[in-house]
Amino acid sequence: MANKDYAFYPGCTSHYRGSASNYLVSVESMCRTLDVKLTQIPDWNCCGASVSYAGSGELARHVINARNFALAEQHLPGRDVVATCAACWLNARESKEQLDASAGLLADTNEALKEAGLRYQGIASVRHMVEVLIEDLGYEELGRHVVKPLEGVKFAGYVGCQTNRPFGIAGESFENPVYLDKLVETVGGQAVADYDQKVTCCGGALAVSEPEKSQAQIKDIVESAYDHGADMIVTPCPLCQANVEIYQADVNQRYGTKFNMPVTYYSQLMTVAYGGSAEEAALDGQIIRATRLEEIAATPGKR
Amino acid sequence: MPTALNEQALARYRNDFLREVEERVDEGGWVKMCMQCGVCAGSCPFGPHWEHSPQKIFMMIRAGKREEVLASDSMWMCTSCYNCVVRCPRKLPITTIMHGLATYAHRLGLAPKRQPTRDFSVIFWENFTRNGRANEIRLMLRLWFRDGFGAGIRKALAMKEVGLGMLRAKRMSPFEIFGGHGVKDVKGFQAMIRKAQEIEDRKRGFSK
Ligand code: SF4
Ligand code: SF4
Ligand code: SF4
Ligand code: SF4
Repeated sequence: MANKDYAFYPGCTSHYRGSASNYLVSVESMCRTLDVKLTQIPDWNCCGASVSYAGSGELARHVINARNFALAEQHLPGRDVVATCAACWLNARESKEQLDASAGLLADTNEALKEAGLRYQGIASVRHMVEVLIEDLGYEELGRHVVKPLEGVKFAGYVGCQTNRPFGIAGESFENPVYLDKLVETVGGQAVADYDQKVTCCGGALAVSEPEKSQAQIKDIVESAYDHGADMIVTPCPLCQANVEIYQADVNQRYGTKFNMPVTYYSQLMTVAYGGSAEEAALDGQIIRATRLEEIAATPGKR
Repeated sequence: MPTALNEQALARYRNDFLREVEERVDEGGWVKMCMQCGVCAGSCPFGPHWEHSPQKIFMMIRAGKREEVLASDSMWMCTSCYNCVVRCPRKLPITTIMHGLATYAHRLGLAPKRQPTRDFSVIFWENFTRNGRANEIRLMLRLWFRDGFGAGIRKALAMKEVGLGMLRAKRMSPFEIFGGHGVKDVKGFQAMIRKAQEIEDRKRGFSK
């Protein structure tokens, strides 16, 4: 029996060969060590992200999320829904709060869900993977599995927006959340305590439609990591990861900078610290290679 | 083009734009609670590029500046960063209202034309409701080619390095162009969305 059992909502960027497939691979490796069992919600659908509102509408938005809850309740009863993507989690949780607060909205939602042969009962709760790590397992348990502390590597913890606002992780402040730094220290790394861009917005989905404006944000985020002597950035959000990593070349062109800052996931740090290989941590999924992590992954360590 | 829906709305609400927003915009009922403190106005990451901050938009709604609000590009500049929401002393769900206003302006045909985020938003919606999951490659292709073939090729070439990097890192699959992943119950998925929109249209008075 696994330690903990969850209904997993990977989100559409995490699928095989999606832009966050490296996130998925490293989360799976990390969970194997922690004895956390993730079972994908059968036939889950995309949440619509934060930018599909033009064609949507209020009820459709909630119904789309409720379909996933209903599927989880039906096929994986008793398990919390866990998302790895910050935007998926935010959208799902927002819908869940609205649905649980309004009987009228719930009735309308279920009327629509009936078309797909489903019904949402309001049982399943929605959580982010980071909440599972911190609340269900705890830092001590997370630290217990470390066999290769990430000594001497300095990480700028980029929390971004959507794992931080409007819900955030319980007990953390919106302006200066520290859980990511604590995770870094738990696996033996050094966290940049005064990383001033840790909750700056990278532009989100608008990195695509408003590249100039977003890249001005991304420039600040990366520059500050350099200013604080970070070896790499670490983040809990797949969109932050993609935006801050893949546009560095564009930023360099635009601003004449020479950025080449790796941007990793907390799950990659943990996988390496737990003795996983570069492959298990999906380090080959970086556009800007995280050399320091690759080196640690390559050193022989006890398992 | 301003649509029949817009005519209908004008006839129905006359000069009461606040009531129109309250009845037809997602979380619109909150607008009257704004106390014009200005905290949100300083919170938007793209703020310097906006014509109207959320604070201004809410004030304009109460002042009945219908055309100006619905044609504003401000709602389309919202990055969903939720800075405003956690700071607003009155706890207005500002992000949702901004998106809701964008949705409404788009439906009435009054939103700014060729607004890049508006186009992206429509493309995203169509992309993922097609089979239940977002298809990143098709999303990008449609977006790049929205200005015609030549512009699309130029954009694709400009993004070549990013694309090749993603391919090398196995974070992109060219095969997604042909179909790609999706939910199994596409029919049910689409029927349920249609139903949701039907119910909402009825409740909001869009249909008779
Ligand atoms: S947030 Fe993005 S990745 Fe997550 S399900 Fe929604 S659209 Fe897909
Ligand atoms: S930092 Fe960017 S990608 Fe991350 S949550 Fe904020 S807007 Fe989204
Ligand atoms: S922060 Fe809230 S109360 Fe203040 S102006 Fe903005 S919406 Fe109004
Ligand atoms: S969520 Fe939108 S409206 Fe609110 S601060 Fe961010 S960009 Fe501005």
